[in-house]
Amino acid sequence: MRMSAPTTENRDPAIDPRRRKNSARARRIADSAGVGWKVLLLKIVAMAIIDALALYSVLVLMQSEQWIPIVVILLITGFANYIYFSRGNLPAKYLIPGLIFLFVFQIFAAGYTAYVAFTNYGTGHNSDKDAAVNALLLQAQERVPDSPAYKLTIVERLGELSFLVTDPDGVVEIGNDDNPLEPVENAEMDGSKAVGLDGYNSLNFSQIVANQQEIAAMAVPLSDDPNDGSLRTPDGSSAYVYLSKLVYDEQADTMTDTRTGTVYYDIGTGAFTAEDGTELLPGWQIFVGFDNFTRAFTEESIRGPFFSVLAWTFVFAFLSVATTFVLGLFLAIVFNDPRMKSKKYYRVLMILPYAFPGFLSALVWAGMMNQEFGFINVVLFGGADIPWLTNEWLAKFSIILVNLWLGFPYMFLICTGALQSIPDDLQEAARVDGANAWQVFRSIKFPLLLVAVAPLLIASFAYNFNNFSLIYMLTGGGPRDATAGVNVGATDILITMVYKVAFVGSTADYGLASAFSIIIFLIVGTISIIAFRQTKALEELN
Amino acid sequence: MKVNMRSIVALGAIAAISSLTLAGCAGSSDSGETTAPDMSGSITVWVDADRAGVLEAAAADFTEQTGVEVTLVQKEFGEIRDQFVQQVPTGEGPDIAVGAHDWLGTLVTNGVVAPVELGDKAGDFEDVAINAWAYDGQTYAVPYAIENIALIRNTDLVSEAATDYNDMIAKGQAAGTEYPFLVGLDPEAADPYHLYPFQTSFGAPVFGQNADGSYNADDLQIGNEGGVEFANWLGEQGAAGILNTNITGDLALENFTSGKSPFFLTGPWNVPAIEEAGINFSVDAIPSAGGQDAQPFAGVQGFFLSSESENTLAANEFLVNYIGSEDVQLALYEVGGRAPALSAAFDQVEASDPVVAGFGQVGANAVPMPSIPEMGSVWQYWGVTEAAIINGGDAPALWTQMAADVQAAIE
Repeated sequence: MRMSAPTTENRDPAIDPRRRKNSARARRIADSAGVGWKVLLLKIVAMAIIDALALYSVLVLMQSEQWIPIVVILLITGFANYIYFSRGNLPAKYLIPGLIFLFVFQIFAAGYTAYVAFTNYGTGHNSDKDAAVNALLLQAQERVPDSPAYKLTIVERLGELSFLVTDPDGVVEIGNDDNPLEPVENAEMDGSKAVGLDGYNSLNFSQIVANQQEIAAMAVPLSDDPNDGSLRTPDGSSAYVYLSKLVYDEQADTMTDTRTGTVYYDIGTGAFTAEDGTELLPGWQIFVGFDNFTRAFTEESIRGPFFSVLAWTFVFAFLSVATTFVLGLFLAIVFNDPRMKSKKYYRVLMILPYAFPGFLSALVWAGMMNQEFGFINVVLFGGADIPWLTNEWLAKFSIILVNLWLGFPYMFLICTGALQSIPDDLQEAARVDGANAWQVFRSIKFPLLLVAVAPLLIASFAYNFNNFSLIYMLTGGGPRDATAGVNVGATDILITMVYKVAFVGSTADYGLASAFSIIIFLIVGTISIIAFRQTKALEELN
Repeated sequence: MKVNMRSIVALGAIAAISSLTLAGCAGSSDSGETTAPDMSGSITVWVDADRAGVLEAAAADFTEQTGVEVTLVQKEFGEIRDQFVQQVPTGEGPDIAVGAHDWLGTLVTNGVVAPVELGDKAGDFEDVAINAWAYDGQTYAVPYAIENIALIRNTDLVSEAATDYNDMIAKGQAAGTEYPFLVGLDPEAADPYHLYPFQTSFGAPVFGQNADGSYNADDLQIGNEGGVEFANWLGEQGAAGILNTNITGDLALENFTSGKSPFFLTGPWNVPAIEEAGINFSVDAIPSAGGQDAQPFAGVQGFFLSSESENTLAANEFLVNYIGSEDVQLALYEVGGRAPALSAAFDQVEASDPVVAGFGQVGANAVPMPSIPEMGSVWQYWGVTEAAIINGGDAPALWTQMAADVQAAIE
């Protein structure tokens, strides 16, 4: 209480206690007297910096026309200004930073995940339809095989750009988007390249760069027959003959393959699709409703191993918490004994595994558990041939063993803290009543301890339920049965299975992955709620 | 008072971070890489730290010659692919980025790259480099480096290059070292990448190739007769203890640098460690196990163009005539230690650097690692099956099942 709600009084010793009558007027005077000019200045400077940053962000965002983030930023900064420059609103002054963090790091991330879960966002459905059409047409521009390269000068007349080209035989022609190439004479030559023509201005490189969007979009037909192809330039100094594999009909909203004549329609699946079902990729992002959730339960590669993976996930999370808690508690009690000497040093040693990054430890353990050359088999077991990570059951055991090593320091820490907060007089009273050490622990210490650490055990369960890095780094989900035909191994938990299903090779299916995250969240959330209810009951018992 | 001051400072920090984060979520304020609205010319290039120095010089040249500004933004190489895919659609991506050719399938199916017209310069590059960056008949990058594995031989232990696989094993055994031959494998997933040259020597590529050299996903070749022969061979080598899934990449390197084997199948990334260990070595062709050419996978790095670039002409000019120039290709070789993709630069390096030349000669015979998205389905089953066979599984049955599983996953 002392920490979280300081009152105006103890914030400010300058107040005369006699005037403390809770009248609004008095408080106002107190506030203005209390906040010295230095603090006020600091406040103004700090808010000015924040506002300047917000303004900068808004300007940057305006350039890319992202209106929603702009509104959000303006609302948040406006609200922060209001809170900090208004009188009163003391709780809000303390809560606002936390609320902003909550919004940015929790609510926004969760909301965005939920949004993605209802779209087909992933490889091949990465952007909007305009971008997809643009990319398809770009990729469809194919240079006509064995066609010559033309030397190109870009010329301008009355604001209209044209291509002045010299073909390899030295013939000079001119044309633009609307007028096919036609030969010209009297062109100004530089060596074998036409560089100018009467009545036209030639563009230099910087002028070309200044007009590059227009020039890059130019397609000058070779003749009146569009099947001859058209000239385009990738760099402004040479032109090549291209034919497009695809033609986009904006009115009908269809793509037509110019070679086979196949027509691809937008049938609402987020990609142009032919009648036989073949899709043109890239497609675009669309809302797919609950499709991802349906797939999560019906897709063959998931449905088969789902229940065994789910069961192992529960076993893994439960055993991880149970083993680390038992070992941590045991060590905490031992090191809490007043007869133990040099506790400090032992405690530091105990905490070491906790101080290493988990994924690194997992990699080191993977090396130590190598069947033939690993430290454990070679040194500890005198050259035994134990398949720690390649046998299905031993791999499961190894995972739990390594997680015990990684996790017990945490349990040791919280148990030590909880034990030390149990009043000694309770134990003394029990001893006086004739209880032995085990009875003191069983009936006094353990229940009191559990009240303090039960929520942390639940949190630890939720964490291990999604302990991706350990599984991924130690076994990669393996060992796998090569004959099973699914890419799921004996030690895969839900989250690693999702990763394998949603991210195959270099393709990614963010929609499916997000839907799965939500399903996993629901599972973990349900368990946590039930467990928290139980702990409440525990509290009431005492 | 103290509380008040602290809370204000804290608020300042927090609000600053949050507003930046919000802007960052929208993908804009990140290190100022927004392209200037000024159309008169500036291009943005994403490049990794190693290559940034070389590009700086090239960019300075380019700006001097053309007046077009080049903004270099440094990124972690491995992160460029995903960031590029995410940021190009928002309009905040670069005009040009550096990358590896096996990203191409992802980049093309996401519609974030535009073809690069090399014009008549295409013939100036090594074939494998151009083929690697080709997708559906189009070329999508200016390549600069080719990377592949080769056989490294400890010349103090074995003085002559091996003619084929059996000859190598015989020489290795004659050398009297602990291992006749080393290759790093994974206990769970073997290493299809390193074992691929042996597989191709049995005439079993992953996919068949179209006339233009691109891979045909409808023509899965991995399960053909040669594939089964290769599987049997894997089983034999596993039983003989020559291939051992417990010898990981780290262990293989360690054993080779301590002189425990005369042969090591690896890539240029392990060369610095081998040189440091003072081993005298030469880089040899990969010996054939099945009688045909042992073709490893080649990885080709290059610079590619964004489909949403508003500066295509300037970007193209920079790509083709600057990054594709001999000087820049040589400078990129200096910092990367990989064979240059431009033939003229390649020839120069070949004459002066025997190690890179050795890898380069093997690379000339290499096949590009398939970049089509279907390759993901192959990786899923490939390694696990190889590991199972090496460790004594029923070779033909496992291999046939794998081919069927891959086929099912592709469809």
